[in-house]
Amino acid sequence: MRIQCPFCGERDLSEFAYLGAADLSRPDPAAADADMRFFAAIYVRDNPAGPHHELWYHASGCRSWLRVLRNTRTHEILAVSFPTPSGGS
Amino acid sequence: MRYSIFNLVRQALAGHRGWGPAWRDATPKSAYDVVVIGGGGHGLATAHYLAKVHGISNVAVLEKGWIGSGNAGRNTTIIRSNYLLAGNNPFYEWSMKLWEGLEQDLNYNAMVSQRGVLNLYHSDAQRDIYALRGNAMRMHGVDAELLDAAGVRRMLPFLDYEGARFPIRGGLLQRRGGTARHDAVVWGYARAASDRGVDIIQNCEVTGFIREGGAIAGVETTRGSIRAAKIGMAVAGSTSRVAALAGLKLPIESQVLQAFVSEAIKPFIPGVVTFGAGHFYISQSDKGGLVFGGDLDGYNSYAQRGNLPTVEDVCEGAMALMPAIGRVRVLRSWGGIADMSMDGSPIIDRTPLAGLYLNAGWCYGGFKATPASGWCFAHLLARDEPHEVARAYRLDRFATGHLLDERGVGAQPNLH
Repeated sequence: MRIQCPFCGERDLSEFAYLGAADLSRPDPAAADADMRFFAAIYVRDNPAGPHHELWYHASGCRSWLRVLRNTRTHEILAVSFPTPSGGS
Repeated sequence: MRYSIFNLVRQALAGHRGWGPAWRDATPKSAYDVVVIGGGGHGLATAHYLAKVHGISNVAVLEKGWIGSGNAGRNTTIIRSNYLLAGNNPFYEWSMKLWEGLEQDLNYNAMVSQRGVLNLYHSDAQRDIYALRGNAMRMHGVDAELLDAAGVRRMLPFLDYEGARFPIRGGLLQRRGGTARHDAVVWGYARAASDRGVDIIQNCEVTGFIREGGAIAGVETTRGSIRAAKIGMAVAGSTSRVAALAGLKLPIESQVLQAFVSEAIKPFIPGVVTFGAGHFYISQSDKGGLVFGGDLDGYNSYAQRGNLPTVEDVCEGAMALMPAIGRVRVLRSWGGIADMSMDGSPIIDRTPLAGLYLNAGWCYGGFKATPASGWCFAHLLARDEPHEVARAYRLDRFATGHLLDERGVGAQPNLH
């Protein structure tokens, strides 16, 4: 598996560290149901078989966080971008 | 037919033409008392104990492919009960006790071999944490011995003691641990369950659930609808996919774990050895091949194969620990899809949907748990209450904070 870093170019998997699913945002701690929202954000995952938005860190490169769309059935990298504050790419 | 020396002699004299199939390859009926989804070790063990312990034999085991084609055929065959936490240890020890009587129970040679599991430590801090674990084991009545470097050297003189970057200081030994033959476990459970009337149905993929009111009343499969009062899921890496058919989202990520086997060599490694300064574990099969593995690849995957950085990491671990095997050639490597739970411990529990029960989250440690997982899941399905040794494996523990995190790394599945 090689990841096309937008800054460094295509690099080997060994340069990257994996965090997990993208699009998990920190819930509002003041919300009435904050405990269940934190439970969902921290523990519950879609875990799809197929395209999966996820966050990788280019640890041995430019040290950017990357938002990667990858097929979990084939390991094919479908899209790579820098994450945006809104979560999309 | 019962396997015994007398039947072996009788069949030998008859030219071995009388052996029947070990189990029935059944066609599905329209309804059962219990349907177990997943024809791996856990699902078949569940069916066996449902029939044997609870007298419920109107049971079907549904398997998408062929039995044992998933993680039951992809593990490194290690059995052990060297766990620290009070919620885990009695469960794995019950599993070890079932392993010890398994072949007599199933009348099947599962090649259970208590050749010992040795976890090496390489620093004072690691010795202390292993001493803690060993003491916890002994308080639960499990055997554990803390060896010093000289003790390890007497057992395994061929490890690298001289030039190692992380010198071996000793190890925690569980002599009752060891290995078992993975395929034989699957076939032994299948045969025993089938003999008691359980239907084992292959090439039968679950494609949906039949709902009645708020409850689950059956499954839709590629071989038709099957109704059942109770449905148990034991599908390991596919847990999230099958649960999604019922509209459930679970605290599980599917990740790939690779394993390796070398060409066969003469007897060399007497038991199971794990390297404590990296992540590498190895044993030698009865056929002579070195069976070994290491870390997860560390990302979500359903591909049943991994990538080269992990292969390199595992082989570096091997060379750091026992350089003597450096010239042995690797025959095969493969990947299994581990259902990594968010705290590294399993789930055996009811689901929010009446009639649907969950057995999942085995991470990369499901093989050793096979007998107790089946025993406790059968108990839950039959009596609607958790078995005593599996009480901590609740699905709601993530919401309530009663986590079972052996490694203490938090909700980061690729670190468990």
